[in-house]
Amino acid sequence: MSTRDVVAVIFLSIVAVFLVFGALMMHPFGEPENPEMDQYIIDNTQGETGADNSVTSVVFDYRGFDTLGEATVLFTAVAGVILIFRRLKK
Amino acid sequence: MSGMSKIVKTISSIAFPLVTIYGLYIIAHGHLTPGGGFQGGAIVASGCAMILVAYGSVWTMGKIKEKHLSVLESLGAIGFISLALLGLVFGVVFFKNFLMGNEYFFGEIGEGLANINTAGVLPLMNFAVGLKVSVGLFAIVLVMAYATRLKEEK
Repeated sequence: MSTRDVVAVIFLSIVAVFLVFGALMMHPFGEPENPEMDQYIIDNTQGETGADNSVTSVVFDYRGFDTLGEATVLFTAVAGVILIFRRLKK
Repeated sequence: MSGMSKIVKTISSIAFPLVTIYGLYIIAHGHLTPGGGFQGGAIVASGCAMILVAYGSVWTMGKIKEKHLSVLESLGAIGFISLALLGLVFGVVFFKNFLMGNEYFFGEIGEGLANINTAGVLPLMNFAVGLKVSVGLFAIVLVMAYATRLKEEK
């Protein structure tokens, strides 16, 4: 057993300990810690945004800046790919 | 020469309109059913990628250039930001849902009845993001496939 294997085993056990503790300390399913925001969105989505789909209303209305960031990330990805592969075309 | 066999080409030609219509349906009903601009755009882009795989990148690049795709993608981004800025003009803040409340254009309030004439500015933003995502993903796939074509020929 080389030194590399020993180090790998030690790190793996550390990661495993963290994973097990994280799984043990998880909340029960369906009982979030702070349900006020969820309840607000469920109650007021149709009145405030008019949309039946509350996920879309969150993505495009309540958290529109998040969607703007995602669109910017996609735009940057497309621009970068076209820029990189431009030299390979001809 | 490029592309796959005639069977694959025929089947993908038959399936391509169905996939595209399904993706457009997902985009258009983004404020009613699960899905939205990103998901429907990804479906449309995957249909286009199927055509790309079946017919080959040289044929597809002969049909549509990635410059036009870039223009369309920028149009989607500009439309999205313009809708957000119109919220600043007509409403109070950036991303204000300024079309809510009028009775003509997407202004009604949804009551769980799958009425498509609801949700104000959300369907328009869904269309903008759907255009952007579908064209952008297809541009990525097309450019990459066309760039790796050189290895196949040499």
